Amino acid sequence: MIDEKEVQHVARLARLRLSPEELRRFASQLSRIIDYINQLNELDTSTVEPMSHPLDLTNVFREDAVTPSLPRDEALANAPEQRHGFFVVPPVLEWEPPEG
Amino acid sequence: MKPVHEQTASELLEAQEEGELSAVEIVQACLDRIGRLDDKVHALLSVRGDEALERAGSIDERRRRGEPLGALAGLPVALKDNMCTVGWETTCASRILENFKPPYNAAVVEKLHAADAVVIGKTNMDEFAFGSSTETSAFFVTRNPWDPDRVPGGSSGGSAAALAARFVPLAVGSSTGGSVRQPAGFCGVMGLKPTYGRVSRYGLIAFGSSLDQVSPLARDARDMARLTGVLAGHDPRDSTSIDAPVPDYLADLDEVPRQMKLGVPAEYFGEGLSPDVEKRITEAVETFRTLGFRIVEIRLPHTKYAIASYYVVATAEASSNLARFDGVHYGHRTAQKAGLVDMYSLSREEGFGDEAKRRIMLGTYALSSGYYDAYYLKALKVRRLLKEDFDRAWEKVDAVLCPTSPTTAFRVGERVDDPLAMYLSDIFTVPANMAGIPGISIPCGFDRDGLPVGLQIMAPNLQESRLFRIARAFQTVTDFHLSRPDL
Repeated sequence: MIDEKEVQHVARLARLRLSPEELRRFASQLSRIIDYINQLNELDTSTVEPMSHPLDLTNVFREDAVTPSLPRDEALANAPEQRHGFFVVPPVLEWEPPEG
Repeated sequence: MKPVHEQTASELLEAQEEGELSAVEIVQACLDRIGRLDDKVHALLSVRGDEALERAGSIDERRRRGEPLGALAGLPVALKDNMCTVGWETTCASRILENFKPPYNAAVVEKLHAADAVVIGKTNMDEFAFGSSTETSAFFVTRNPWDPDRVPGGSSGGSAAALAARFVPLAVGSSTGGSVRQPAGFCGVMGLKPTYGRVSRYGLIAFGSSLDQVSPLARDARDMARLTGVLAGHDPRDSTSIDAPVPDYLADLDEVPRQMKLGVPAEYFGEGLSPDVEKRITEAVETFRTLGFRIVEIRLPHTKYAIASYYVVATAEASSNLARFDGVHYGHRTAQKAGLVDMYSLSREEGFGDEAKRRIMLGTYALSSGYYDAYYLKALKVRRLLKEDFDRAWEKVDAVLCPTSPTTAFRVGERVDDPLAMYLSDIFTVPANMAGIPGISIPCGFDRDGLPVGLQIMAPNLQESRLFRIARAFQTVTDFHLSRPDL
């Protein structure tokens, strides 16, 4: 089970501002999905190594050589707001009410 | 001569070599057909006809001058809209990327261009590939060319529908859990999920990075072998791409691998499998027996846990990948006045659709403090069990035969309010993505409503060539792949 309060907490972690209607709906839909996922607990996996990737790769390195990179104007071309060759963001330091 | 839309890619290549058709004529015929019929299918998000005709013209010119041409010369291709095309909108069918024009081409786009293929359109998809019906697209719903009341499957529904509607001879999609095999099955065409790492993911907008694979669609085994040969290969820009030579998939295509053993897993024939699908698959198995293949019953005992573990792994990776959509570097930014954190939250709330939010939430939950071990780590352990099921199967058989999906194409709207029912339509395709192995869906008949049924064949890592030869053997004695919908 996941209740609306928990949905609100997860939404905050995920940087989503959910509407009250979405909070209600997601609480019930996510609960059903998580119930379904809980069937994994039928399996004893105490001796199984987790598999995070299908290939047995370790570190993959490239030559430490300088190659051309994206020109600045092209990198900025899709930015919602830019000025003097920089991405522009709203004020970073702001007061955030504590959760709960 | 057959009209352009009835010809396979291989036939169109030959017609150009014989001087019967030019690349411009082929591209124009495809553009005309899209213009006339896409109102019924809604497969394409954007079409760039002028650019395509220009490219085709230069291919014709090079042919006239006797210059060497690539393996897909003059062939129109439809590309799923999650692969970057420089200066051409790449939206992932999401509002958050509605006006995004990538500054570079995906590796597969470079490869298509190098092979002298002509990308003529970008296809509709479930938003960020989150879905199995193409209904979660922020823009419109794609219809199944066999029945407009049915979904084309998803998430590469636009690519599969465009191919089935004969808008193009070849299409490219991507697969994270079945997003090419399932729509190929629903639309009566072929779809291949290559071995993880076989095709570069550079420029494929990420969903689940340990699962995603660019995946070709074609109408017969020869076209599929040809297209896969172009797309496959190592790319240093994708650190997970496999550094192994690409075989000439066309060279041994006609060698019927009669001595091979094909495994039929009991777990894929249980509750929930539609009787018509079961019948068609059983008939296909008999066809293989008649062709001289040995049929062996096998077990893949963890199949029932595939969806549960997949939806944890895939959504966890998706929630991380989609963190990059922050309204700063590209994509939608809220018009509301807000500080930095609120700007993030509002931009994402406005830009993402319902299913994207649901998956971000599920993945964030599975990775969050207190739940990581119970969900994410548990799912990774079950992932290994799924892979070991296949490892054991390969000791007994050369490939696995099973249904691609438990049902044929369902009705538009039927599952949109029931996410779990939608997820379960991927039950037979998810295991290959979890294990990393290649799998292909090929048409093997129709149900009582005239909807296509897909047969899935899976093989060990890097055995794409085996899949093509098995499919080819099937297609030499059947004609399901030649049937086409009336539009």
